[in-house]
Amino acid sequence: MKATKAYLISAVLLGSSALAGAPALAQERVDVLHWWTSGGEAAALNVLKENLKKQGVDWQDVPVAGGGGEQAMTVLRARVTAGDPPTASQMLGFDVQDWAAQGVLTDLNALAAKENWDKNIPAALQQFSKYKGTWVAAPVNLHSTNWIWINKKVFDDLGLKAPQNWDELITALDKVKASGKTALAHGGQPWQDATIFDSVVMATGGPEFYKKALIDLDPAALGSDTMKKVFERMTKLRSYVDSNFSGRDWNLASAMVIRGDAAVQIMGDWAKGEFLGAGKKPGTDFLCARFPGTQGTVMFNTDQFAMFKVGANRQAAQQKMAAAIEDPTFQSSFNVVKGSAPARTDVSDAAFDDCGKKAIADVKEAEAKGTLLGSLAHGHAARAAVKNAMYDVITGEFNGDYTPDQAVKELVSAVASAKQ
Amino acid sequence: MRGLEDWLPRLVLAPSFAALLVFVYGFILFTIYLSTTSSTLLPVFDFIGFGAYSRLFAIPNWTVALKNLAIFGSLYIILCSVMGLFLAILIDQKIRAEGLLRPIFLYPMALSFIVTGTAWKWFLDPGIGLEQTMHALGWTSFTFNWIKDSQMAIYTIVIAAVWQSSGFIMAMFLAGLRGIDSEIMKAAQIDGASTVQTYRRIVIPQLRPAFLSAFVVLAHLAIKSFDLIIAMTNGGPGRATEMPSTFMYSYTFTRNQMNIGAASAVIMLMMISSIIVPYLYTELRGEKK
Repeated sequence: MKATKAYLISAVLLGSSALAGAPALAQERVDVLHWWTSGGEAAALNVLKENLKKQGVDWQDVPVAGGGGEQAMTVLRARVTAGDPPTASQMLGFDVQDWAAQGVLTDLNALAAKENWDKNIPAALQQFSKYKGTWVAAPVNLHSTNWIWINKKVFDDLGLKAPQNWDELITALDKVKASGKTALAHGGQPWQDATIFDSVVMATGGPEFYKKALIDLDPAALGSDTMKKVFERMTKLRSYVDSNFSGRDWNLASAMVIRGDAAVQIMGDWAKGEFLGAGKKPGTDFLCARFPGTQGTVMFNTDQFAMFKVGANRQAAQQKMAAAIEDPTFQSSFNVVKGSAPARTDVSDAAFDDCGKKAIADVKEAEAKGTLLGSLAHGHAARAAVKNAMYDVITGEFNGDYTPDQAVKELVSAVASAKQ
Repeated sequence: MRGLEDWLPRLVLAPSFAALLVFVYGFILFTIYLSTTSSTLLPVFDFIGFGAYSRLFAIPNWTVALKNLAIFGSLYIILCSVMGLFLAILIDQKIRAEGLLRPIFLYPMALSFIVTGTAWKWFLDPGIGLEQTMHALGWTSFTFNWIKDSQMAIYTIVIAAVWQSSGFIMAMFLAGLRGIDSEIMKAAQIDGASTVQTYRRIVIPQLRPAFLSAFVVLAHLAIKSFDLIIAMTNGGPGRATEMPSTFMYSYTFTRNQMNIGAASAVIMLMMISSIIVPYLYTELRGEKK
């Protein structure tokens, strides 16, 4: 009723605009909001579109450009408030939970039971896709953030190997710095600083500490000496970036490593797309390794398609779309292009390159050991309010506003105030 | 017939008046209401009191934003007024190319703040802009990396904003200067006053209304400045150039703390009205006299 009213009002306001009165089509149709607008991403999404087309489902694209999906979420907010939700929207981590709490997401349990999602999708992902035991979203992929990307030639010329622990990393970075190149390619945006922070917390405190501090938000862990050491290590890493780093986009930092102007980038696996796009081969031109000291653990973020409550005439298409997303063939072909690991553990790794095979194996290992943990930087450890409060401290410390001592205190108080 | 003539203007204005009432004043009330609810991701309609305000003032980011506004606002207003007045006085010297110079100084105002911000971001970027150019010209010891320095970044915003707005302020002062009776200036000159004395003692005191208008325009531009910061630094390095407007946007739309964002918007409205209301009051009272 509310929806019809909003529809009428918008129809009156917008007159003959195309937004207002798309008539009910005989053909089935899904209406999908997402921010995968770059070349590779769009190509990957095309696989899904074709799959659905074969089943007679028309794909209506609502792309909203902008990296982290902030603009897309603003569009989504407007549409849901106006009573005209899309069939599905790309969404990250806790956002799914927040939206589900508003009561606007639909129930996918029947489909999930039929296709065995509970068994094949890692439990760590399920906590985001399920709200109070009900499946409300279909996970597409599993990105992990604790990767480092190395220009092999730069390392070979200096006689360096991929570092295995913190000290080896520092030794390697020192050598690169002494050779006159930029040791660490980095873009100074809060989320990128936080991406490094993720890995440093894990490398310094281990999975237990990571979980306690960043997921359980335990004040004692946040204010501990280990956390102080984390910030000291952040300061150390800060000394390896070039002076012009602030505000740089992550893909420009990747380009520095690709060109050989810089040796190492600490970034999630979407960076691989940049290397492949530049015609580089894993193992010969560049190396992918887990951040030194985080082997055996995976800090992830996962893109999901959250399914909204829609009218009865759109529900069949919605179910088809959810099923198509969890189809292993789609999971494989999509994630080969996207650079991530599949969201299901039963997908063959045959089509993936070395880095992808390693990613899939790492996820399985971490899943078994219970070290598959949500990434803070990408909104899978704490809710947006807390995450951003932590960003402020992390990025402040990285830019020299706080000493490690102050940063620890600020972190505790920022989290406490944002948790309210 | 008489009745229709009376009613026609009201009828014509009614739709726009109604729209104004809803979309400006209605939404102001809505925002005030939101700030007293527990809204996070979407608007929620409950009432939990004014806790959002005390939480707002406990957030370090808000303190940073207010401090930055103080620095930016005061420098922006002072520098724009000084530059604007200076340019206006120079142009007022009956120079030959006035018709050419006036638009040149005024034109930065024709650019949007996004364009200004992007241009200045490139110009000030040490890797591609001024510093790089100086190095290429052989002056290798030259450094100007304020935009990348969290202590100095806010001043680069001041530079860009002053560049943008001082021409407009010049136009305001120029209009003020042209409104001054030239007989008084001639009389002063006959009495033996120098040009500097004439301006200092006679002309500038008479520009009081122009100063007031300039202040009101600049002050509210400073408080609502948003696009310039987004284009130039996006609030960085770190959070060094956070301002109340960027704070409001991020808390409302990306940090899922809509009530805090609404509270900050209300505080901004209060700041602006504390400038505008006394101004309107003096203006309206002046008319009655």
